[in-house]
Amino acid sequence: MAERALAPKAIVVYLPTGRCVEHRLQPTDAAAPKNGELMHLILFLIFAGLCLAGAINLLLQSHPINSALSLIVVMSSLAVLYLLLGAEFLAIAQIIVYAGAIMVLFVFVVMLLNAGREDRTMGSRAAKLIGFPAVAVLMALLATVIVRIQGLGAAQLGAGLAAAQTAVETAAGAQDTSNLAQLSQVLFHELLLPFEVTSVLILIAILGAVVLARKTEGDEPAVERTAAK
Amino acid sequence: MTLLQFFLWSVVKVAVVTVILLMGVAYTVLLERKLVGRIQNRWGPSRVGPFGMLQPLVDGAKNFLKEDLIPTAVYRPLYLLAPIISLTCALVSIAVIPFGEPNAGPHGLDLFEISNINVGLLVILGITSIGVYGVALAGWSSNNKYSLLGSLRSSAQLISYELALGLSLVGIVLRAGSLNLRVIVEQQAEKGIATWNIFGGLQFIAFFIYLTAAYAETNRSPFDLPEAESELTGGYHTEYSSMKFAMFFMAEYANMITVGCVATLLFLGGWTSPWGNLLGPVENNLVNALLSIFWFVAKVFCFLFLYVWVRGTLPRFRYDQLMNFGWRYLMPLAILNIVGTSLWLAYR
Amino acid sequence: MSALAHEVPLAWYLLLSAALFALGVVGFLVKRNLITVFMSIELMLNAVNLSFVTFAYQWHAVKGQIFVFFVMMVAAAESAVGLAIIIAVFRARATLAVDRIDLMKL
Repeated sequence: MAERALAPKAIVVYLPTGRCVEHRLQPTDAAAPKNGELMHLILFLIFAGLCLAGAINLLLQSHPINSALSLIVVMSSLAVLYLLLGAEFLAIAQIIVYAGAIMVLFVFVVMLLNAGREDRTMGSRAAKLIGFPAVAVLMALLATVIVRIQGLGAAQLGAGLAAAQTAVETAAGAQDTSNLAQLSQVLFHELLLPFEVTSVLILIAILGAVVLARKTEGDEPAVERTAAK
Repeated sequence: MTLLQFFLWSVVKVAVVTVILLMGVAYTVLLERKLVGRIQNRWGPSRVGPFGMLQPLVDGAKNFLKEDLIPTAVYRPLYLLAPIISLTCALVSIAVIPFGEPNAGPHGLDLFEISNINVGLLVILGITSIGVYGVALAGWSSNNKYSLLGSLRSSAQLISYELALGLSLVGIVLRAGSLNLRVIVEQQAEKGIATWNIFGGLQFIAFFIYLTAAYAETNRSPFDLPEAESELTGGYHTEYSSMKFAMFFMAEYANMITVGCVATLLFLGGWTSPWGNLLGPVENNLVNALLSIFWFVAKVFCFLFLYVWVRGTLPRFRYDQLMNFGWRYLMPLAILNIVGTSLWLAYR
Repeated sequence: MSALAHEVPLAWYLLLSAALFALGVVGFLVKRNLITVFMSIELMLNAVNLSFVTFAYQWHAVKGQIFVFFVMMVAAAESAVGLAIIIAVFRARATLAVDRIDLMKL
């Protein structure tokens, strides 16, 4: 699937790092770009729809395990969207870390605590009075800004971007369009210190979790006290 | 190639591979019953067809015709969903596995792999990590204490051993410099057995870790605690019957085959012959293709044989032993292997 | 995968991200179960990640993707500690309803 959008014969791309790359494009046959676009559109619509459906279902379900499963659906669909955006490593990391590790932890806790349906007490008044209008305003604001800056039309991005992507890939010498090499270059050279600090952070988190979840001696858990009801 | 052609060809490839995989599953079950029978000094299935070869078909028919019981206290949606998740995850990961030489079919299609992905290895790990949900939800939704205990054990076991499994593969990726399974195999093909990762690549420790972790990941003996029948009456699939039970069963064996395929690709040179490129390729394209398939299947068969052999020989671990082994021995060993491999690669 | 020609406007991705974030906020406000509230936070993090990846694609900046990577790591650490706290709370109060966990001391 090496189809590209309709593009000029050659394109010069100015990268954010200050480098500039010139790339000569081979003329592609006219039918080819349509396929890629159509496929992209179909995949986007399916998985964006799944994302939204999952997120809404997360709110509607009253049992935590159903909410957890909806969240897994959201995360997996996001992984596909990452693939569409050319971030294949992140897509898989999303599946392994989020859907495969973090959410397993959630499901595990729900199973362990045997948490039942939630009570419909409908929350505090502050959340209703200020929270929901604030969310609506936030959403409207974000949407306006996005549409203002990015524009809704496809013409603005489309062709130029796809060509630019080709140029960058050719410049990097990556034939199989893997961004893994670039990613690791930045991660392990420029951002090595933050990376190492993260590992310390995770170690501390593990220790904290162990300390918090450990049962202390002679501390009768409330679960057993109220188990009879 | 138009989108429609691409789509149709993909559907055909998926259908063929799935059918072959399911046949493989059926005959792996037969292989296991036969071999375990011989290990225990009895015949194993021998009545249906010559040498009992038709036994899998009869087994399938039996499972299909059994009454499908759904206990009243189960949480229905998840109870029905769990076996589907299990089987789907087991079947999907075969999609990124290359079975033979890159072979240009019509329209430049790769006939021996459903899809060639540049992060293929990670895709397999990702799908494996999703498979946990099948087991976890089955146990929880069954509303049975044995099921719940089995699934809790199993989730903990799968998460623990997934770490060792992933870390054991880092050495391979360091050597190959790619996550593409085809690149990893081709890099081992040069001098045949001498450049296979397990020997020439000095990854035998990684192979041992992978083997152990894979047994735990597929819930196979000696790590079959989630379904330990002597203490949990069957673990997470206690409450399942008929086809739903069969789906868990098929998922387990499909996982075995996938794990065998991955071991073959990563450690044993994939579809390349033991003498690799030393003798030069055979002229005939068809013979070449068939030979590559033959080597691949033979290697996977050896792996499955080992699986059954281990099952017939080793006793089951205790639960605390299992956790200790995973975290205290396998994990540090895998990390040491990564350090050793990178030092070797740097100062070679 | 990036070889797929891009005709879907990136604004759609950003709008999706905004919608997911808003749904996360709503979940945080509406849900009464401690675990589900925590899940809403994860949803918000995911929404932000989507915009990071979109912008990384738009500007061909790998650092945007690295950011997502860091967010994932922090989310993993956060969920480990958070769930440990939830277990500790459940042990002390035998409930997960946020309305009933409104005292600093039992």
